[in-house]
Amino acid sequence: MSDHQDLKNPRPAVSRRGFVQGAGAVTGAVALMEEEAQAQAAGKVMGPAAMAITLTVNGKPLKVTVEPRETLLDTLRHKLEHTGAKRVCDRGTCGACTVIVNNKVSYACTMLAVDAVGKKIQTIESLTANGKTHPIVPAFHNNDAQQCGYCTPGFVMAAKGFLDRNPNPTYEQVKDGLGGNLCRCGTYVGVRQAVLEAAKKLKA
Amino acid sequence: MANYSWPEMKSRKVIGQRLSRLDGIEKSSGKAKYTSDLMPNGLLHAVLLSSPHAHAIVRSIDTSEAEKMPGVKSVRVVAKAGTEVQWAGAEIAYVAATSEPQARDAARAIKVNYEVLPHFVKEDQITRAGNRAKAAGEQVTGDVDQGFKDAAVTTEGEYAIPVITHCCLEPHGQMIEWKGEQINYYPSTQNVSGIGGDLARSLNVPASQIKVHMDHIGGGFGAKFPSDNWGKECANMSKDAGGAPVRMYLDRAQELTIAGVRPSHFAKIKLGAKADGTLTAWESTSWSTGGFTGGGMAPLPYVFTNMPNKRLNHTAVSINGGGARAWRAPNHPQASFLTCAALEDIAAKLNLDPIEVFSKNVQFTPRAETYIRQLKRAAVMIDWQKNWHPRGKGASGNLKRGLGIGIATWGGLGHASRCLAKINADGTVEVMMGTQDLGTGTRTCISQVVSETLGVPMNMVVVRIGDNSYPASGASGGSTTIGGISASSRKAAAEALDQLLDLVAPQLGVPKDQLQAVDSRIFVKGNPDKAISWKAACQKLGPKSIEATGENNPKQPGGLINQGVGGIQMADVTVDIETGVVRMNKMVAVQDCGLIVNPKLAESQVNGACIMSICAALMEERVMDNVTGRVLNADMEFYKLAGIKDIGEIQVEMEIDEVNDKRGVIGLGEPCAVGGVAAIANAVANAIGVRVPSVPVTPDRVLSALYGNRMERLA
Repeated sequence: MSDHQDLKNPRPAVSRRGFVQGAGAVTGAVALMEEEAQAQAAGKVMGPAAMAITLTVNGKPLKVTVEPRETLLDTLRHKLEHTGAKRVCDRGTCGACTVIVNNKVSYACTMLAVDAVGKKIQTIESLTANGKTHPIVPAFHNNDAQQCGYCTPGFVMAAKGFLDRNPNPTYEQVKDGLGGNLCRCGTYVGVRQAVLEAAKKLKA
Repeated sequence: MANYSWPEMKSRKVIGQRLSRLDGIEKSSGKAKYTSDLMPNGLLHAVLLSSPHAHAIVRSIDTSEAEKMPGVKSVRVVAKAGTEVQWAGAEIAYVAATSEPQARDAARAIKVNYEVLPHFVKEDQITRAGNRAKAAGEQVTGDVDQGFKDAAVTTEGEYAIPVITHCCLEPHGQMIEWKGEQINYYPSTQNVSGIGGDLARSLNVPASQIKVHMDHIGGGFGAKFPSDNWGKECANMSKDAGGAPVRMYLDRAQELTIAGVRPSHFAKIKLGAKADGTLTAWESTSWSTGGFTGGGMAPLPYVFTNMPNKRLNHTAVSINGGGARAWRAPNHPQASFLTCAALEDIAAKLNLDPIEVFSKNVQFTPRAETYIRQLKRAAVMIDWQKNWHPRGKGASGNLKRGLGIGIATWGGLGHASRCLAKINADGTVEVMMGTQDLGTGTRTCISQVVSETLGVPMNMVVVRIGDNSYPASGASGGSTTIGGISASSRKAAAEALDQLLDLVAPQLGVPKDQLQAVDSRIFVKGNPDKAISWKAACQKLGPKSIEATGENNPKQPGGLINQGVGGIQMADVTVDIETGVVRMNKMVAVQDCGLIVNPKLAESQVNGACIMSICAALMEERVMDNVTGRVLNADMEFYKLAGIKDIGEIQVEMEIDEVNDKRGVIGLGEPCAVGGVAAIANAVANAIGVRVPSVPVTPDRVLSALYGNRMERLA
């Protein structure tokens, strides 16, 4: 479309702070400094018109047209048929939208789609892709770590990211590592067991 | 007529097994499609413009600019000029557009001129309520004055439990296509069979035109029964847009502001008791709000309903706030908190162990034996003997540990439900019913019942629910689902089997009542070698299939279902008296129940209910702002829910035994969600030696109870 800017690595006019969570995450202050440095380097103001971008989702390049103000979450859900991540708080609190971006557990509701260009985005859909199932998926099932299930994909992704960093977690570490997700039905008892079971399976 | 009664507990093969939920992998892999996940081609996104004022008259509303904006397909005004809005967040207008950002831009471009009127949003001080307070009249039983004269001690306490919200993670909303005569309606609802008729009434179209479908719901808790005005407007927007599918879900702030609350409850309670703890008199003055229409009285005194000499005064307070909806065990958690707090306060004054005082007074409940048994069992589980101390008499130091008790009751009789069961010639079985699985495990339980009844493995049974073209089943509220669906599916499957037995009985040479179906075989009772395989039996059907219906009528439970349970929960907390922070060590729940179809899923519900109670006891409160009249914490950062670190350990015991089992199936969702708030609040009082009168028991309230309020501390 003629009114779209096609940029390889665009930066938004106003950037939102990247949210990080869990053990091993950088501190907020450091994150902010990195963010400012990136913003200064980019400098180029985008929008408000929609633009064509390419996102790398679960290893596949996907072309999509977005407005610079659209979040990665809304882009995944509304435009790329990846509805596993859920929009719940929409403000980086509840973790229902958790995805893994460049190996970092991230809230997709607090990242702009244009900020995710050039990054490796991993969604819940990747855990059962190509006929292979990541052990965390059946572990949630076995331990009934789900009721209504709306928070579950976010929890599963947070658990996956946590286990990537902590392959031998203790029970206490599981609680801390998953402190960035909220559930309303109250499935935490099962979630704790599920993560410990998955850790065992991953080592086996 | 087939024999419907449940098989003996010890002979069951599928019912009572700890099986994982059928839709578990679908949910944990992100593949489960909620209606909010439906993104068909040509989808329009709609948003709601809501009132910023708590009380105002719309003087004019101008949508002309919004209508011209890019991508906009429909603008619908709800609050026309002259409309008086009674709470912040009230619906003003809807906009549907090609994208959600476009719809939001257009909603912002709607010009509304309000005449702002005075509002009243905080009910905590009844003396300020003026004409917003409506007394319900006095209820007196027995001789209250004599009751207090007979008492060795009396206590007077003030207790408060605030408005909280449902905070469903999937917000209220729907996707709708209104094409020609047919309306395809994909709501997030607890009421698949009934919501189509509800929408039809509001649109003034025949109910037969509305096709409802929903596979999964992201939380309801009592807030998702009606089609709501957003259902109606979403349908109208689809019609405006020539039948394009339109989705409209509330945003988080709207969800927490207008999609339902649990009423508050404030009470001044005077209690009298003999030296042994036996209650002699109750007097309460209470008030509550559930929004603009006021708030009813919780059932006080709770559970100990048969105690003598009661005087009750209740006042409903109307505020300019979003309205109440049923919230898991409506009014029970409030009543349990108020009653159990007063009871533990009088126990403390009498220097008695509260278990003793609860036990002394179970004579005033409808199920004394149950509560005595549960109090004993819960005490063992929480190690009461070792960890309890008289109020405030624990260890020295800043960390104070305490234990507390909460009590519960509920009905839980199965609702009206119809089920269609089909046996196909290839041996597969289909079960159809217009019910819904709220995450309680309804699908799984239907499959277990049918599998048990027909003697076939669960993977031969296809459960079809979530569609109003199937036989109608009740809304999922009040713990009525498991009774309704287990009875109707049991009967439908038994009737279908009966027809199959008619076919095979001649070959096996016995009357059909001497046949049974177990382990994929149909055989002669007492002579298992005289048999035909399930598959061979079904092949006799040829091109036909067997269809049979089953119905649960709650007025004729017929031995399959029952109602009326009790429950005891106990909490173990540690309070830091320097910071006021309350930490959960442990919670235990002993739950009276009938026949449990799936103990694993039942325990999940009770675990979840304990966690919801922790949220309500320590964190949750809708905070209203006097100045703006708005909800101050309509987001998930400041509307606090417990996280995985906040819950301590939880231990659940379902009282599964022959006696309970023989009662039949009884609902579970509500009774386990009642006693926890009382247990935690009482544990805090036991720990720190004084009553924190209001829940949630936040650090500030703990410090205020210990050292006076903040202003006094600063002075």
